[in-house]
Amino acid sequence: MNPNIDSQITSGGTGDSASAVNQISRLTNALLVVLFILLSIACLFPLLLVISVSFTNEHAIVLHGYNIIPKQFSDYAYRYLFKDPGEIIRGYGISILVTVVGTIGSLLLTALYAFPISRKDMPYRNALAFIVFFTMLFSGGLVPWYLAYSVAGLKDTLWALIIPNLVVPFNVLIMRTFFSNTIPGSLIEAAKIDGSGEVRIFAQIILPLSTPVMATIGLFQTLTYWNDWFTSSVFISNNHLVSLQYLMYKVINNIQYLNSGRVDASVAGKVAATIPTETVRMAMAIVGIGPIILVYPFLQKYFVKGLTVGSVKG
Amino acid sequence: MMSSQFLRNIVKYRALFLMLLLPLSVLIFNNYIPMFGVIVAFKNYNFADGILGSPWQGLENFKYLFQTEDAWIATRNTVLYNLLFIVMTTVVAIFLAIALNELRSTKLSRMFQSVLLFPYFLSFVVVSYLAYAFLGGNGYINKAILEPMGLSSISWYTEAKDWIFILPLVNIWKNVGYGMVVYLAGIVGIDHEYYEAAVIDGATKWQQIRRITLPLMLPVIIVMVILQVGRIFNADFGLFFQVPLNTGALYPTTNVIDTFVYRSLLISGNVGMSAAAGFYQAVIGLVLVLATNLIVRRVSRENALF
Repeated sequence: MNPNIDSQITSGGTGDSASAVNQISRLTNALLVVLFILLSIACLFPLLLVISVSFTNEHAIVLHGYNIIPKQFSDYAYRYLFKDPGEIIRGYGISILVTVVGTIGSLLLTALYAFPISRKDMPYRNALAFIVFFTMLFSGGLVPWYLAYSVAGLKDTLWALIIPNLVVPFNVLIMRTFFSNTIPGSLIEAAKIDGSGEVRIFAQIILPLSTPVMATIGLFQTLTYWNDWFTSSVFISNNHLVSLQYLMYKVINNIQYLNSGRVDASVAGKVAATIPTETVRMAMAIVGIGPIILVYPFLQKYFVKGLTVGSVKG
Repeated sequence: MMSSQFLRNIVKYRALFLMLLLPLSVLIFNNYIPMFGVIVAFKNYNFADGILGSPWQGLENFKYLFQTEDAWIATRNTVLYNLLFIVMTTVVAIFLAIALNELRSTKLSRMFQSVLLFPYFLSFVVVSYLAYAFLGGNGYINKAILEPMGLSSISWYTEAKDWIFILPLVNIWKNVGYGMVVYLAGIVGIDHEYYEAAVIDGATKWQQIRRITLPLMLPVIIVMVILQVGRIFNADFGLFFQVPLNTGALYPTTNVIDTFVYRSLLISGNVGMSAAAGFYQAVIGLVLVLATNLIVRRVSRENALF
């Protein structure tokens, strides 16, 4: 692999002396910059809108609708959400737990599958690789999958949120390619001659040399687990196991959900009239997006590098 | 002897086989057992008798499925949206990647790259909120755009035909950054000597793009397109379920096979028909991947996936 790729990508690929004379004209450059500025606004504007609505007085929303600058500032939506923050905090807890356990677990399991099939001397390595690859081509579909988890008694357990993404076939193939391309076979031979067992080779030679691919797949998986709401919507009906994304899903579909634990049915109707529905919804969105925005610069950098690792064809 | 050879292999490489044990079990449970579960599609499933105990009923589920108009609409929507998405994201992402690579300021280029990739990191639940902020009754489009222009507001969540435009827009907004970064990685991997030689020969920028950049990006483009074509029968569930907020009035233009299967199973509880639809989706999906790959192999062998 070309070691310059990473730095070239993050720097946009230009800048060496030869390409300096081969630049686009100032006019074209200016037009493209304008285009990219407009596209950047298109990417960020929705988020700014949601932030600003979440800080607007509900009454102003009813009168003037959503605006990018709040007509009447108010932090009531957030105070309302955090008046009884039990559900939100529990949602965060579930999401963090599932993301951490899922990511670590899937890194380990992916490596445990990729290592044997990356070994040139491993018998049946092609058949074993095909077993992974075939799952990318064919699946039983939602119903048999759902039934398998139900029969195994995994409904309403955190396992149902973790297991489905533990072994992602594409990740196994990326890691296999990395192992066989970057770790010289002679290194493994030498370790064997020195008396190391396979487990020792795996833990003390392979894993330490694989930080780039580990970081990449770790990030992919963090994002997968953190953003997952689908497995929750299929398997979780217990209110105590609701992840943050699924809580957000419930809130946008039914604002009453937030109050379900707090208000009994007889007063729910009266309360509903006074709930700041629009602003609370948008505040909920911000609470849910929060962590992504905070870690985004970090994520983004490694994600881009990771795509290059992934694009190395084996 | 075959079997003693097999045993000797297992014993000799026992450590490596032991390593495979756990991930292989996950794969068998999560992917392979459900593959055999497709027999549910040919049974009159009831929860009391389970998968194996329920009586066979041949193709009844499929007959029932294709008698519903929904199945056809969902199929049509899935394929047409996916075709549109593949063309749109590929063309736009390649254009943006080339443009980004040509920007004079690397600092700006890096900044735009970060910003355009941002939507890709959001879940579709979050995207559904962002879309709602624009499309809701008090949303930005109605109150900040249409009203000041003296136009009457539009009830987006009941206007099925508008979603033919909304969904592709949301899809490209969310995914184009990812494609752009993948293609950019392809571009910067191209050897600079090609361009140096071209400059000496007096090639214009446009000629360089057409004769060097695009042809050398072709392998990446083909891989990306095969992967997408192979999944043309699988819609992005989040896009079609979350963003329209699962609104019944929008089904004519938002229902796809995946949402159809989901709703048949979890909302109407129709296990048999849902399984039949899933099976139909999986089989045609498989045929399409194989066919696409075969075509690519015919055209240029080294670009095929397998």
